[in-house]
Amino acid sequence: MSALLVQPLVGGHTGAAPAHTGLAAGHPGFLSPSGVEIVFVLVGLVTLGAALVTVTTRQLVHAALWLVVALGGIAVEYLLLTAEFIAWVQVLIYVGSVVVLILFGLMLTRAPIGRSPDADSGNRWIALVVSLAAAATLVTVVVDAFRATWIDLEERTGPGQGSSEVTGTALFRHWVLPFEALSVLLLAALVGAIVLSKRNSDAGSGSGSRPGSTDSVPARRNKAGES
Amino acid sequence: MHLAYPAVLAVLLFCVGLYGVLARRNAILVLMAVELMLNAVNLNLVAFDVWLRDTLHAGQALTLFTIAIAAAEIGIGLAIVLLVYRNRGSSDIDRLRDLRESDGPPGGDSSGGSRDEKSVAPATDNDAGSGSDQRVQGPAAGRRHA
Repeated sequence: MSALLVQPLVGGHTGAAPAHTGLAAGHPGFLSPSGVEIVFVLVGLVTLGAALVTVTTRQLVHAALWLVVALGGIAVEYLLLTAEFIAWVQVLIYVGSVVVLILFGLMLTRAPIGRSPDADSGNRWIALVVSLAAAATLVTVVVDAFRATWIDLEERTGPGQGSSEVTGTALFRHWVLPFEALSVLLLAALVGAIVLSKRNSDAGSGSGSRPGSTDSVPARRNKAGES
Repeated sequence: MHLAYPAVLAVLLFCVGLYGVLARRNAILVLMAVELMLNAVNLNLVAFDVWLRDTLHAGQALTLFTIAIAAAEIGIGLAIVLLVYRNRGSSDIDRLRDLRESDGPPGGDSSGGSRDEKSVAPATDNDAGSGSDQRVQGPAAGRRHA
């Protein structure tokens, strides 16, 4: 149904301005971008640069901190796309918890603080070629497909499209069953993470009764500390 | 706003994440790159939801679901990485090759007393096999004893 609603809208756009001119009558083209587009492109460049530094830097903690910049930039992009609730969820969950989890993981695996020369594996040139080929193909396809498509960001009367009221209504009216299934999945992930992390401490506490394995666990820890 | 801007940004972020997944060696850096790829998908979902003005808000609801699944994934993934690090003393993903298919001696780099009983049997295989397997196995065994 939404496609039916959108189709005359898009047809109206392309009908009002032919696609090959670029400068539409009702919509500014590439040559006269609006303020939202300029801000979007600038924040997008910052996000992309932070993502590039994240995957190329040799300092592991710096990679996690640049990931904060990239994820925060994506949150700003959500705000520019009028998806306010998603933006704050992004800030809360990604920047607030996922990056903290990653930093804890780096700390617990004793990541080197300085530059680690072996952060990249040997197939980085193959990876570069593959990612550049994928980027070229996808950018070509996407630009060719959505050359004459505009997002209408104008606010109608009432709450915005991405506000928490609209999102909550859609989530708890149409998406209740996936939401509950997702809560069960989160519970399973929580229990699984606890089980995975706790098994070693059980072995460590249980090894106190058995003298044979008492040597093995600290030896393993010491070996982990060396390398 | 032109739809090509968020779409191209999502594509480029996805490819940056793809490079990170393929090129990184540390498992936690690979997880960071996976997060970048998931965020690119989220950006696409939000942009197309705003474009289509879906009455069900499928894009934003699926974005929320993806964020929750990514949180679960990073929790489980980091727990597995920590467990691997405790067992192996290293979280480099290109050294975790116990399950590889090789023509060399099977299970030659398992730890404990099983190494001694296996070191007798693959001796003939090592002679028959290529010398590179021995060179690969040598530093691994030395690192495990150190």
